Amino acid sequence: MAAIELRGLTKVYPGGVRALDALDLVIPDGEFFALLGPSGCGKTTLLRTIAGLETATGGSVVIGERDVTGVQPGGRDVAMVFQDYALFPHMDVTDNIAYPLRIKKVAKAARQAKAAEVGARLGLDHLMDRRPGQLSGGQQQRVALARVMATQAQAFLFDEPLSNLDARLRLEARTFLKKLQRELGVTTVFVTHDQAEALAMADRMAVMEAGHIRQIGTPAEVFQRPANTFVAAFIGSTPMNLLDGVVRGGTLEVAGCALPVPTSAQGLLADGEKIVYGVRPEYNAYASEPAEDALGGKVVIMENLGASHLVTLDVNDVLVQAIVPEGREPAIGEQGWAVPRRDRALVYRDGELVAG
Amino acid sequence: MFLVFPALWVLYLGLTNYRLTGVAAADPQIVGVDNFLTALGNPRFWNSTWLTVEFVAGSAVIGQAVLGFAIAWMLRDRRGPLRRIVEGIVILAWILPSAVVAFLWVALLDPGDGTLNAVLGLTDFAWLLDHPMLSVIVFNIWRGTAFSMMLYAAALGNVPPSHLESARLAGASGWQQLRDVVFPHIRGHVLTNLLLISLWTFNDFSPFMLTAGGPDGKSEVLAVHVYNEAVRNGSLGYGAAISTIILLINLVVAVFYLRLLRSKR
Repeated sequence: MAAIELRGLTKVYPGGVRALDALDLVIPDGEFFALLGPSGCGKTTLLRTIAGLETATGGSVVIGERDVTGVQPGGRDVAMVFQDYALFPHMDVTDNIAYPLRIKKVAKAARQAKAAEVGARLGLDHLMDRRPGQLSGGQQQRVALARVMATQAQAFLFDEPLSNLDARLRLEARTFLKKLQRELGVTTVFVTHDQAEALAMADRMAVMEAGHIRQIGTPAEVFQRPANTFVAAFIGSTPMNLLDGVVRGGTLEVAGCALPVPTSAQGLLADGEKIVYGVRPEYNAYASEPAEDALGGKVVIMENLGASHLVTLDVNDVLVQAIVPEGREPAIGEQGWAVPRRDRALVYRDGELVAG
Repeated sequence: MFLVFPALWVLYLGLTNYRLTGVAAADPQIVGVDNFLTALGNPRFWNSTWLTVEFVAGSAVIGQAVLGFAIAWMLRDRRGPLRRIVEGIVILAWILPSAVVAFLWVALLDPGDGTLNAVLGLTDFAWLLDHPMLSVIVFNIWRGTAFSMMLYAAALGNVPPSHLESARLAGASGWQQLRDVVFPHIRGHVLTNLLLISLWTFNDFSPFMLTAGGPDGKSEVLAVHVYNEAVRNGSLGYGAAISTIILLINLVVAVFYLRLLRSKR
């Protein structure tokens, strides 16, 4: 078990694409760390560079105090679960789990015992003689996990571990993975493009865009205080309202309405400044009567989210979203008011969060 | 019609004393299995059979398949000019007409003015006379590797990269990756490739264009043996009998590979 440290890590592909641009990142021992970002942001390249499957153009990778930048993948003492699980179709479950041990020349009896032990722990004991082709997606995933566990590596790397499962199984697997990681206590880095997955599973996470890390933090930090408008727009199952505004005296003029300066930006704004006002629909209270410090407009769209509705208001030609709890849904065309929570609303200047 | 009739005709001829010229050309007699017995008692036939086995094993199975795979494996991640040049050269050897290629090789190996001797600084080293089988085998490797290379290149494209990477992360060496990931994935391709090139090489007549089977039968593979017996000696009946035997051997080889191909490990 070991911490992972990246220093100035850079990867330039032939042709000049900068997949990673001088990244610095420290992942402490035992942490469950998520790399999140849209496709093409470099998150998978980063994971593969840690694994050694890609060679870094510059910078270094340190795993457990050992600089492994120039070390072959097999010598880095990390284990990886691939998106397609990469189980060998011609080997049964036992042989698949024991494969890394076989390469390390562990005696047959010992590696089969280890495979049986790990397999049993993941509930695979009745499947040990099967071939991967005879297993369901969820079972294949557990075999891939078992193979990783059997190696007793310093760190685990998961590349989109849940994306090949169907939606229902994905939720179960999410809980399962998190519990397993906690029990094993092995430093684990996983890549995902699903922000909900990252928020749900990770101890800490990095949000990436175009080869850069845009924010590192706990899921709560990243959700409540996105460091820039990119993260703000990317995180959250309903996107954050990002509204252009201007500072006027002690208030903000947003979409033709006057709003108080959010708590976080108090005293940090100059008069006349152009800003972006950010508030999540979850932090917008909805009122059907005229309200103070609110964005008032006409209800144009209602979206059912299950236990609540997402209301879209047209506020002087700007669309603003708010969440309405069950039983209080307005009708389309009605007047409505979205009241942002002052302690949750945020102000961005030039795309970066304004905060003390 | 065009396939079956000549085949059946060969079966029939093999049972006669049909000749190219003379009385037996006008009025062939059925002689039963005499031709087959003659063949099986003829040391020249056994010599040819053994040479053919050498030819198939050396030039097809070991030469073309191994070399073709090696080139495909080395080029698998390469892009750009190196790959195109190697592929171009290899494929060029394949698309040239046999007669042209044979002429090129005769010129290359000529004892007096041959390119190879000039390059090696040898004088009057008669490759085709002193090492006829070696010459013919190397010639056929050069000639046929392109097919195997292209087939294996396509097959390697089907090996999932994540499987190779998974093996690399476990610390598998190049050889272990081949054994545990690549070969299990391309087993079907390997067997199909071996089946095809074995049969093609078995029936290949182009050695004739280099050595005509000589000197003294030292490179007379079965296909050349048939030609020498049937056309040059005029014993069409006897030649047809040997052809039938070749057909049977081919059948056995084909069945052997197809069996392997069907058996799932």
